[in-house]
Amino acid sequence: MKLVICAGPATTGKTSVLRHAIQRLQRRGRRPAFFKLDVQYAEEDEQIARDFGIPTRKVYSGELCPDHCNVMVLGDALQWARGAGCDVLLVETAGLCLRCSPYVDGGLGIIVLEATSGMNLPLKVGPMLSLADVAVVTKIDRISQAEREVFRARIQDVAPSVAIRETNALHGIGIDPLVDRILATPDAGDNLLLRGNPPVGTCTICVGKKEIGWKSHFGVVRTLDNQLFYRGE
Amino acid sequence: MSIMPPPSLGPRPLTEIEQISVLAGRGRDGSADAVARLDLKMGDVVSIVGHTGSGKTTLINDIELFADTDTPTGRRILINGAPAPAEMRDDPARNPIALITQHTTFLSDLPVGEFLHTHARIRKTSRSEIEGAIAATLAFANELTGEPIVLDSRMTELSGGQTRSLLIADATIICNTPIVLLDEVENAGIHRTRALELLRRHRKIFIFVTHDPRIALLSDYRIVMREGRIADVLYTDAAERLLAPMVARLDDRLSHLRDRIRRGDRVSPVELEGVA
Repeated sequence: MKLVICAGPATTGKTSVLRHAIQRLQRRGRRPAFFKLDVQYAEEDEQIARDFGIPTRKVYSGELCPDHCNVMVLGDALQWARGAGCDVLLVETAGLCLRCSPYVDGGLGIIVLEATSGMNLPLKVGPMLSLADVAVVTKIDRISQAEREVFRARIQDVAPSVAIRETNALHGIGIDPLVDRILATPDAGDNLLLRGNPPVGTCTICVGKKEIGWKSHFGVVRTLDNQLFYRGE
Repeated sequence: MSIMPPPSLGPRPLTEIEQISVLAGRGRDGSADAVARLDLKMGDVVSIVGHTGSGKTTLINDIELFADTDTPTGRRILINGAPAPAEMRDDPARNPIALITQHTTFLSDLPVGEFLHTHARIRKTSRSEIEGAIAATLAFANELTGEPIVLDSRMTELSGGQTRSLLIADATIICNTPIVLLDEVENAGIHRTRALELLRRHRKIFIFVTHDPRIALLSDYRIVMREGRIADVLYTDAAERLLAPMVARLDDRLSHLRDRIRRGDRVSPVELEGVA
C-alpha cells in the first residue's frame, strides 16, 4: 500500500490535483482509495466515489486539531484501504496549521500551493512545505512569468530538496510526473512515524510522541469510527 | 528610442534550442494532423489560428507539456529532433517555455522598479546586469504601450495595455526562455505591429494563439486548427505581405474610431473614408 499525504492551504486545488491523479492511477491499473480529513465540512469524498467508483471516506476533526486527528486515525485509515482491496491511499488533509506538517516517513508528502497566493507565500507556510517531498504549484497560467519564477525560487530557498511540479490542475497539465512519483514511492510499512516535530504543547503528540495510531497516545483521543474519548489514568 | 540587446542572464539552458518539432497526432474525430512533422525554428514568429474550440489551446498545451504520445492528441514534441531531455520536463527552472495567456496578470502590489528588481535578482547576476535588464525591460514595454510606465508606479495600478506590455517585455528580456507562447494577448491596447518588429530582434520562437489578422499576417506562417487537428500550415505569401500594412492601416483607423466613441465624440463617415 502506497501512502500519499496531500496538504496545503484551503482552495489551492488539492482536490483537483488528486482527482487527476486518481484518473491516471486507474488508467495505469492501480486501485486508489481516497481519504478526506477536514474540520467540519467536506463533500469531496462523495463526488470522488461517484465519479471514479473508488472507496472513499472522510472524517471531521471537529474539536480536535486536524493534524492531531490525522495522527490518530491514519493507522486505521490504512487498514480500511487495505480491507477495501486498494493499493494506493490518497489522504487529503485540511492543511490549516502552518506550524505542523501531516507527512509521515514511509509515505509521500505533497503540498499544493497556488501560484496566485503571492510571491511570499512559500516563506510563510513552514514545515508543511519544508518537510514535503513534492510541492505542486497550481494556477500557473494566471500569473506572470516573473512571479512564477520568484515563487519557484522562494520554494527552493525554503525547501531546497523538494521537487517542484508546476501544474494547471484545471486541464490536468503537469500531473503525469506527479503520478510517476507516487508510483515510485515504496509501500508504507506498519510502524509509521510523523516526519516533523510538532510544536511545543501539552498533549502526547505535542510533546513529541510521533507514533501513528490512537493506541500509542493518551488523553483525549479518537478512532476512525468513534468520536473523542479519554484514554489513560 | 533604441533597445539594448537582451542581456544574457542566469544559468544557461543545458540544451541550446535550435528547433522544436510537432509530430502529427489526431483531431477529435480521430483523423490525423495534416502535417506529419512541423519544424519551428529559432527566430520563427508563428500564429495558431482557428475558431473557438478548434484545438488551438490544446496544441500549445501539447507544446508546453512536451507531449510524447501521452496527451489526448497523441502528438509528440521534439527538441532539436529528439524527445525533450528529462531536466526540461522535471525541473521547472529549466523549462524553456514562457507562457502568457489572456488570464495572466501581475498580482504583486509593488512599485514596478522593485518588482522587476525582485525578478532580475533571482537570476543571481551582478548589480549592473540587473540594472541593465530592468532598464531594457521598461524601455521595451514602453514601446509597446501608448501610456508610459514609470518605475515608481505600482503594479496593480497599471492599465490593461501597460500590464500586457510589461508581461511581454519581462518574459522576453528577464526570463531567458527561448520559446514564448502568447495566448490571445492582443486584446488589450498594445502596438502590435511594433511588438512584432521588436520581438523579431530577439532570437526566440514566438507562438501567438490569435484571432487578430494583423498578427497572423505579420507571422512567418500560421497553423490552421480545425476540429482539434492541424488542418493546414500557411506560409505568409507575397500577396499577404502586401495586405499586412493595409490591414494595419484599417485596424488603426478602427482603433482611432473606437477611441473617439469612448471619449464621447460624435463621429461620421469621414472616419473611414477611403477604406470602407
